[in-house]
Amino acid sequence: MAGPAALTIHEAAAELAAKKISSVELTQAVFARIKAVEPRVHAYLHLTEETALAEAQASDRRRAADAPLGPLDGVPIAIKDNMCVRGVPATCASRILAGFVPPYDATVITRLRAAGAVLTGKTNLDEFAFGSSTENSAFGPTRNPWDLDRVPGGSSGGSAAAVAADEAIAALGSDTGGSIRQPAALCGLAGLKPTYGRVSRYGLIAFASSLDQIGPLTKDVEDCAILQEAIEGWDAADSTSVRLDGPPPTRAIQGDVQGLTLGIAKEWLTEGLDPEVRAAFDGARAALEKLGVKFREISLPLQDYALPVYYLVAPAEASSNLARFDGVRYGLREDGANIIEMYKKTRSAGFGPEPKRRIILGTYVLSAGYYDAYYLKALKARTRLREDYLNALKDCDALLSPATPTPAFRIGEKTDDPLQMYLSDIYTVSVNLVGLPGLVIPCGFSKANLPIGMQFIGRAFDDGGLLRLAARFQDATDWHRRRPSLG
Amino acid sequence: MALTRKEVEAIAHLARLSLTEAELEKYGAQLEAILGYVESLNKLPLEGVEPTTHVSPATDRTRTDNPAPGLTQAEVGAIAPEFRAGSVRVPRILEE
Amino acid sequence: MAEYETVIGLEVHCELSTKTKIFCGCSTAFGAAPNSQVCPVCLGLPGVLPVMNAEVLDRAIMVGLAVGCTIPKRFKFDRKHYYYPDLPKNFQISQYDLPLAHDGHVDLGGGRTIRIKRVHLEEDAAKLVHEGAGEKIGTGTAALVDYNRSGMPLLEIVSEPDLREPAEAVAYVKSLQTLVRYLHVSDGNMEEGSLRCDANISVRPKGQAQLGAKIEIKNMNSFRSVEHALAYEAKRQREVLGQGGTLAQETRLYDEASGGTKPMRGKEAAHDYRYFPEPDLLVFTMDDVRLEKLRGRLPELPDVKRLRYVQTLGLTDYDAGVLTGDRAVAEYYEAVIAAGAPPKTASNWVSTELLGALHGRKLGIADSKVAPRQLAALIALIHRGTISGKIAKTVFADMIGSGADPEAVVKKKGLVQITDEQALAATVREVIAANERSAADFKAGRQQAIGFLVGQVMKATGGKANPQAANKLLREELGKP
Repeated sequence: MAGPAALTIHEAAAELAAKKISSVELTQAVFARIKAVEPRVHAYLHLTEETALAEAQASDRRRAADAPLGPLDGVPIAIKDNMCVRGVPATCASRILAGFVPPYDATVITRLRAAGAVLTGKTNLDEFAFGSSTENSAFGPTRNPWDLDRVPGGSSGGSAAAVAADEAIAALGSDTGGSIRQPAALCGLAGLKPTYGRVSRYGLIAFASSLDQIGPLTKDVEDCAILQEAIEGWDAADSTSVRLDGPPPTRAIQGDVQGLTLGIAKEWLTEGLDPEVRAAFDGARAALEKLGVKFREISLPLQDYALPVYYLVAPAEASSNLARFDGVRYGLREDGANIIEMYKKTRSAGFGPEPKRRIILGTYVLSAGYYDAYYLKALKARTRLREDYLNALKDCDALLSPATPTPAFRIGEKTDDPLQMYLSDIYTVSVNLVGLPGLVIPCGFSKANLPIGMQFIGRAFDDGGLLRLAARFQDATDWHRRRPSLG
Repeated sequence: MALTRKEVEAIAHLARLSLTEAELEKYGAQLEAILGYVESLNKLPLEGVEPTTHVSPATDRTRTDNPAPGLTQAEVGAIAPEFRAGSVRVPRILEE
Repeated sequence: MAEYETVIGLEVHCELSTKTKIFCGCSTAFGAAPNSQVCPVCLGLPGVLPVMNAEVLDRAIMVGLAVGCTIPKRFKFDRKHYYYPDLPKNFQISQYDLPLAHDGHVDLGGGRTIRIKRVHLEEDAAKLVHEGAGEKIGTGTAALVDYNRSGMPLLEIVSEPDLREPAEAVAYVKSLQTLVRYLHVSDGNMEEGSLRCDANISVRPKGQAQLGAKIEIKNMNSFRSVEHALAYEAKRQREVLGQGGTLAQETRLYDEASGGTKPMRGKEAAHDYRYFPEPDLLVFTMDDVRLEKLRGRLPELPDVKRLRYVQTLGLTDYDAGVLTGDRAVAEYYEAVIAAGAPPKTASNWVSTELLGALHGRKLGIADSKVAPRQLAALIALIHRGTISGKIAKTVFADMIGSGADPEAVVKKKGLVQITDEQALAATVREVIAANERSAADFKAGRQQAIGFLVGQVMKATGGKANPQAANKLLREELGKP
């Protein structure tokens, strides 16, 4: 039994406020749970138990002294291991960052600390966030708490599994093509990829700079709003971050959804969609209609081009962002007789197959003679894809899609065919390409008791509107209350 | 879109990777498959379309010219694989 | 025998003297201990992002405006990829197809106009020192990297291949040096590395439109090196072609020791920089209001000032050139004439007396203890006849060391010129009496003798007599029968 570790943020905050539990007790419960299930789940790469307890103590002292408290005060949160926490190793699940301990905090970490959060440790991911299953980690896969023979999704699989298994009250993930939303779907969680520019990327080890966003992975939507509010906002250190106006997430989440219109693209509900996913999706639609939400069929004519565009833009930017891992200033260094030999030995030994693949692909599409044919073309197609979405969102308040084509697949099932793995991102990549917000919540379960998720896609900066839709859905349904039977 | 082995080697060198025979073969084939897949973009009419390089709505972000604290020499040394006389030390650079 | 023409284009890099680096808040102060002016951003640590320094951008545009460039409504930054240990991210943030300024020109005088193709910003690389045997690349056993320089703001000014002589190339670089110093945007110092220059040089038969093989010359660290390297190369290329050989595009290094150029060995095929738009920096826009504000920040440019000194103040081109070569000197001079001194007199005093005295003490105009109004006051004393020009130099010598007002020095040293005829009369008679021969010579018709006698009056009065008054009195006295 998970005990207090099974609490949500809002439940924990209430219990802490009512002095029914202390942050130290809560943190101890979470670490006891980690000890109990981690050998089976492998959600974490690095635990920070000692500092977590110190942070918990500090929180309890603040509470006892009636000092001002942050919205996450005393609550244990896990961090995906591609974000820098000063003094704590950051690996990106790669050997090339062996030994690297960042001398600075990511902006989101600074904000979490200001909110009083307790940091439990760094979670597993696909190496450099390249992947949809967390099988690309250099340190072994994470297992789905709902079925330990299956993947938790990726690349934020560690964060998702940690939350689903109650090894953290909530977690931060990052999303470039679905890496928060797809694991949220496969693990029965709420996962938000905020509008691009809403959350600072300073301190997030970059995959694709024009696509990456940090976001929350939580047990329910209410938690999602709390955690999102704590981390979002303009940052002087990130030129692409935006000044926010309008109600903050915890206020925007309130209110009715009667009369709102959700669009469903006809291109989404294809033959290839798993029948159980389809059934859950249809059931969710019915539940939303009961809440007064209207539906409308729309078309996204460029839907089929989203994956090709993504698999040109993302690897190109990734190949550039990964050029800095060269053994010179930090991380792994393999000896060489000269600098070029050192570069090649270090990078060849340090990067796993998926990073190598993406670096080669990315370097190729940016190389002389091919830039116009591939990369530039993809950027133009991206413009048209964006027009599609913006047009669709003129007539609809938001869109609703399945989150993934299937529930969690088995470990090892897709690893031989990278293209197959890429195809599982079909519902999520467009959202990053066009910079809009995407929120996934559970909407059903398969016969094998595997979670199935659905995705809300919103207008730019209407993250609050998505949270409200999802919250009213969770008021009326129970999917988010189920827990995996890890024991 | 047939990729020659020489092309894959050239790309690997640009990216400072040494690939084994098996890797050259494997990545070459996978690269070809992926490029084949993305060829579908050629069906899209894109003349006169502006490329999207940024999705952030903002422009002109700058900061004022005021010094801010950074890292100490010791902090640089602490993360560097090799550090000597206050500098990061690297193997010799052949004239290129 | 074919006559050849030398064709030269220059890429000048200028380090902007802002307080902080281009993309981070690290100090740019010269001479700090290695790796002590660094941060996660300029070290290229995982997870960092660049943020543009507003002052860097403003200074860059000012330079663009000063050389008559068009500033586009939109410009952006791009990543330029190559692997080298002085490049932390293994790409440099630079500008590729939309630079911040383009199509300007520099006038070198004599009708020579050199077109400027583009001006753009980029970040500087770290400093590499080669450890071990010799300091040249390839001979050391290791290299040491100091990231203090990484991220320094660099402005690159690219000319069209309009230069035709090595001396002209030097004049062009000097002109840019004067300009960036005038604008107070850079120290423009080749010895310190805040001004660097690479050249592209080719030769072609006179009259041919097509350019010859373009050869790049690097490692020229002073104006003299630029001139020697280009002269050597122009000669070398002519010799090769003259002997029936061919030239291929290559990069060569200037070798200070031999005074010639040597090929850079083992240069790989032209770099594939894989440029693409920098996603971490936003697009920059420029509107007319902001452009005018930046234009308003420009001082009177050296060429304009020089012309004004000639046309309006009546100075010779040479004198105008001396005064306008340095903005601080020009502004000092302008303050002197603003305080009432006549332009030509002030010009002589500033360029000869003042600069001469400062130079002798190894000081710059900023160190002058003599303020412009004090120099103007000194000149006024001469014009009023209070002191002679010669005495004024004595007064000035004192002022240079003491910073005292000229009136105070004159008073303290009792140097007021004796103009009063009554006061001089006695001395005049004494001098005539003591120099009967000269007096007799003058009376006999030798006009020059008066000069000697005036000199004696000057000597007798310790230089204080007004020479014109002395002259007049002597003539009167000697004219008496």
